[in-house]
Amino acid sequence: MALLQISEPGQSTVPHEHRLAAGIDLGTTNSLVASVRSGVAETLADADGADILPSVVRYTGHGEVMVGATALSHATQDPLNTLASVKRIMGRSVSDLATLQGHLPYQFADQDSRVPQIQTAAGPVTSIEVSAEILKTLRVRAEDSLGGDLSGVVITVPAYFDDAQRQATKDAGRLAGLNVFRLLNEPTAAAVAYGLDRQAEGVTAVYDLGGGTFDVSVLALTRGVFEVLSTGGDTALGGDDFDREIAAWVLEKADLDAGRDPQLLRKALAEARRAKESLTHAGETVICLEHGTGISKEIRLTRDRFEQLIWPYIRKTIAWCRKTLREADVEPSQVQHIILVGGSTRIPCVRRHVQEFFGRPALSDIDPDKVVAIGAAQQADMLAGNGSGEGVLLLDVLPLSLGVETMGNLVSRLIERNTAIPVARAQEFTTFKDGQTAMRIHVLQGEREKVEDCRSLATFDLTNIPPMVAGAAHIKVTFQVDADGLLSVSAQEKTSGVSASVDVKPSYGLTDTEIERMLKDSFEYAEQDMHARQLAERQVEAKRVLEALGSALEKDGDDLLSAQEREIIGQAQAELEAVCEGEDSEQIKQAVENLEHTSEAFVARRMNQSVRRVMRGHRVEEFE
Amino acid sequence: MSISLTDSAARHVKTYLERRGKGVGVRLGVKSTGCSGMAYTIEFADQVEEEDHVFEDKGVRVVINPKSIVYLEGTELDFTREGLSEGFQFRNPNEKDRCGCGESFNV
Repeated sequence: MALLQISEPGQSTVPHEHRLAAGIDLGTTNSLVASVRSGVAETLADADGADILPSVVRYTGHGEVMVGATALSHATQDPLNTLASVKRIMGRSVSDLATLQGHLPYQFADQDSRVPQIQTAAGPVTSIEVSAEILKTLRVRAEDSLGGDLSGVVITVPAYFDDAQRQATKDAGRLAGLNVFRLLNEPTAAAVAYGLDRQAEGVTAVYDLGGGTFDVSVLALTRGVFEVLSTGGDTALGGDDFDREIAAWVLEKADLDAGRDPQLLRKALAEARRAKESLTHAGETVICLEHGTGISKEIRLTRDRFEQLIWPYIRKTIAWCRKTLREADVEPSQVQHIILVGGSTRIPCVRRHVQEFFGRPALSDIDPDKVVAIGAAQQADMLAGNGSGEGVLLLDVLPLSLGVETMGNLVSRLIERNTAIPVARAQEFTTFKDGQTAMRIHVLQGEREKVEDCRSLATFDLTNIPPMVAGAAHIKVTFQVDADGLLSVSAQEKTSGVSASVDVKPSYGLTDTEIERMLKDSFEYAEQDMHARQLAERQVEAKRVLEALGSALEKDGDDLLSAQEREIIGQAQAELEAVCEGEDSEQIKQAVENLEHTSEAFVARRMNQSVRRVMRGHRVEEFE
Repeated sequence: MSISLTDSAARHVKTYLERRGKGVGVRLGVKSTGCSGMAYTIEFADQVEEEDHVFEDKGVRVVINPKSIVYLEGTELDFTREGLSEGFQFRNPNEKDRCGCGESFNV
């Protein structure tokens, strides 16, 4: 028997057409699902009354998959088959893992595929499959709670997730049998949960310190439109780090080495987490460590000591707050609301430092663990068509600029960083050589001028361009970023209509430190980049001049030039050839000018000749 | 005319109204649709029309359209839990049969 919920006036649905929707916070440490029932968004609990589902999956040898608390309870005794924090490797490539592997107690399967596979008793699995197991559990819970199939869900992702990571999250949703309405940035979801979207105007900062990620976002609401002004953060900083800090401290105090003992490390981490949580209310706690030989050691941890251990991390988050505000061109005093998100914001000293920095109390009435899921549920309800139509348009921004490679290893940016999405931008490019019939489009992400300093997202070839002289082809390259931040690139040659396109697939991801570094580098190397760009542009120009002149000489050089004239041009050509690969851009510029100067007469004669050719047999009047 | 609410139903309606922040009560009704002919509706009531029947039970204002009232005579509105699912349920003595899923009924 279907149970009914109260609808908005006039919004009662026809039987069998209820559009059930849910919001899912797919977290590094914990995941939640929420839905709007009788006009109120609330998280949905499992049969035991627990809202929070630990993002932990355990694979057993006999085809069984455990998810959540039951999996977590096996973490200590079966560490290699119990996978936690897989969100950290979502959309990451094998080569990206080098920086993380030290922190992740699993074994990666040796393979050639670009998507890393974790070795378990049930065979190798990818982070997408593991996440899909978590999503599947939440889907079943939601469908049981709501009494029907879900028409769609909104899944939240950190504002910092790049294309590959977003695509991986969407894939996981699909694999779990979910219709993903859209992905929503976590800070935006939090602001929606607090109803800030219904306020007139204002600037909001969202400080999100979760288990595995930290980010801070500055949101502005103007004329009913939500916009993420800037986001910054560290996708590898969170409560897990605090646990590791405590565990390392305790192991050292207890004089134990967990280097070769994953079980002991797990145990220490579990104890560390418990200690951290109890220190939210207590002034001190005791950590009890048992190890193989049956000996147990007790270590006392005070809140002061704990705060000292985690201070380096908190200081980093405050530095990010400062930087992100600066990027949005906002003073701390201009921020009207501060929202705390993530379980780690329960730690009193985190709260204290954040409020001190912004100079005002933070919003924390809604459980910081649930606030993102609640906002996502409200968005999902609206997208399913159940709302009263008062929904706001939520705009998000691109974390890094997008562009294509042009001659000389340069990046031509089509969409700038922090552009609101969805967005589409196009730019025209042309061929470099006469008769060029193909063009390789290399899609890049980053803030630097040279290709090697940016991140390569994809390459594809536009072929069958009709042969034309260099510069005559019009190739329109279009970048389109959808509401989820996923990129598709297409290229079309205008006269023939030949086209090619690519969707950016999860091939590899960026580590947090890489994003940070890419941004910092773009400032630090700004001047150097400018010179590099100038040099590269001159080199390209030089090669273009040599190329064009070379083919012209070959064709008409003998007819139009005396031997002496030809020698002078040849000399200038040789001079330019000698310097065009060099590092001195001024020298190249001069050599180009010199060559252009010496070949002026030849160019003029060629022009006259071709005009004569065209006009032969015609009278001048015909051309008027 | 007698339509009533169980304690649990009254408590939940009040909570939802409070959290919604507006509305004068709850509107119950039937709709002629669904696989067995009729379906129950339950909505927030923001205003009362002239022809509406309005009464109060356990502190909750219940609004019913005159066309619906003949089908709902003697109905008790309950709020129950079934496994993980929870929601409102109409206990209607006029009901003859209902479709397998229970979303629609016949009188």
